[in-house]
Amino acid sequence: MHQLFALIGRGSIILAEYVGGISKMTYACTYWILVAPLRGKGFRWYASLRQMVVVGFNAVPIVSLISCFIGVIVALQGAYSLRAFGALNYVVNMVAVIITRELGPLLTAIIVIGRSGSSFAAEIGTMKVGEEVDALETMGLNPVRFLVVPRYVAMLVMLPCLTTVADTAGILGGASFAMVSLGWSMQNYLLRTVDALVMRDIVSGLIKSLVFAVIITKIGCYEGFSVQGGAEGVGRSTTASVVKSIFSVIAADMVFTAIFYYGTEG
Amino acid sequence: MFRSGSDGMGTMPQAADNTIAIAIRNLAARFGEREILHDINLEILQGETFVILGGSGCGKSTLLRMIVGLQKPTQGQIWINGLNITQLSEDEFNELRKKIGMAFQNSALFNSMTVGENVALSLREHTDLEDSTIQIMTRIKLEQVGLSGCDPLMPSQLSGGMRKRAGIARALAMDPEILLFDEPSAGLDPIIAAGIDELILRLKQAFRMTIVLVTHELASAFLLADRIAMLDKGAILFVGTPDEFRACTIPRVRQFLERRADQESQDVEQYLKSLTREATTPGSRM
Repeated sequence: MHQLFALIGRGSIILAEYVGGISKMTYACTYWILVAPLRGKGFRWYASLRQMVVVGFNAVPIVSLISCFIGVIVALQGAYSLRAFGALNYVVNMVAVIITRELGPLLTAIIVIGRSGSSFAAEIGTMKVGEEVDALETMGLNPVRFLVVPRYVAMLVMLPCLTTVADTAGILGGASFAMVSLGWSMQNYLLRTVDALVMRDIVSGLIKSLVFAVIITKIGCYEGFSVQGGAEGVGRSTTASVVKSIFSVIAADMVFTAIFYYGTEG
Repeated sequence: MFRSGSDGMGTMPQAADNTIAIAIRNLAARFGEREILHDINLEILQGETFVILGGSGCGKSTLLRMIVGLQKPTQGQIWINGLNITQLSEDEFNELRKKIGMAFQNSALFNSMTVGENVALSLREHTDLEDSTIQIMTRIKLEQVGLSGCDPLMPSQLSGGMRKRAGIARALAMDPEILLFDEPSAGLDPIIAAGIDELILRLKQAFRMTIVLVTHELASAFLLADRIAMLDKGAILFVGTPDEFRACTIPRVRQFLERRADQESQDVEQYLKSLTREATTPGSRM
């Protein structure tokens, strides 16, 4: 019993330190994005644009392809269940709602965690090990402003954009199933999709993607700054960033889905 | 030589002729129950080359990192140009850091930037100079360290010695008043290391800046130092001129000068104890 309390206490302290560290970084990011430019400390636009290309533009092919496949899968699974009720037409609604409200933002976030969240941790971690982060500090340059803010801005802008791409590709995946198996025309499918969707479906997905952007950047960068030791430490932090990001994104997704569900029930 | 004055933030040490660049008072650093630095008191004068000598793990790099604010001391004060850095705000300290250059042991060049971009970074971030002026200044800095024409190269394309030189050029970018070197010849062959020593000597003679150099290389220390401090088990063992250091009779200094090995110990705890000292009353100095 004594050991159990000690374990819980230790775990709580580690969690509090982790959350505290991430909160401190979020505060610093907010200062460097919103306050510092007003005080004449320049915003690093070029670095942010370069990150947007890496995080967003370069991820478009893989996000589109996977979302398209998922659209086909949802349509197939939906058709399997709905056929029994003679409600095959509702495959359109199912694909549209599931992709825009849930799978579009979630899958995009998971792909981006694998592509960018892990690379944030590895890049910053390698810089930490190579004393590059220390060098920035000795030059009077704030590492958060220099390393985190461009990635944060890029993620906040590009994750909703990628989610929109994923939504579109997923719906087109569903359409391809409808065209091949049900003999519908593309125009017909898209018109039904427009009817099935309400703005709230798309907006709720985009709000989630913004929250995911915050989570992925913060965990990736924080893990990078937390690296200790050499190459092994970088590997450990990179793995930790992926695991913690996926867990946090799914947990946040559950919370926000519940909020949207109960919030719109009445 | 030194007297005390007050600036409202504690007692500021001052030389009678106001020439102290860096003053360290009662500095201690502790990690867990190990005291890495113990009651360090030093004054480094403006324009002098001050070498901090000591064996591996004795705390000399930690001391250098504290001078530049990368680590915070557990207790004590560090004064640079009359400012107590342990009480400065981040903005105030960053302003002071513009007057300090640091060359790291592993150069710490930004690998995603060219050598020229590395050198130009401080100038771009801290000054309003035009791009053409920054490019000219970058070329001058690289020329000063013998790397003319290397500005478009990536750090990965440079040899170890060239990387060290590029790191020094970056440290020189803002024309610092104080230049810090962490093991400048570590990991280099004797010929390249001698080249780096000569470069530091040339910089010392040309710019008369305050140089603090951490090393365990005796040859470098004797060539460059105006004064030498020897650190052992986190405490200052000796401070004086190179000639005084050569004549010093302290057994540990003699052992260092004569390159005599310690008795080998296989016990990790014993080895750590030999490098540092155990804090007498943990927490009492906080």
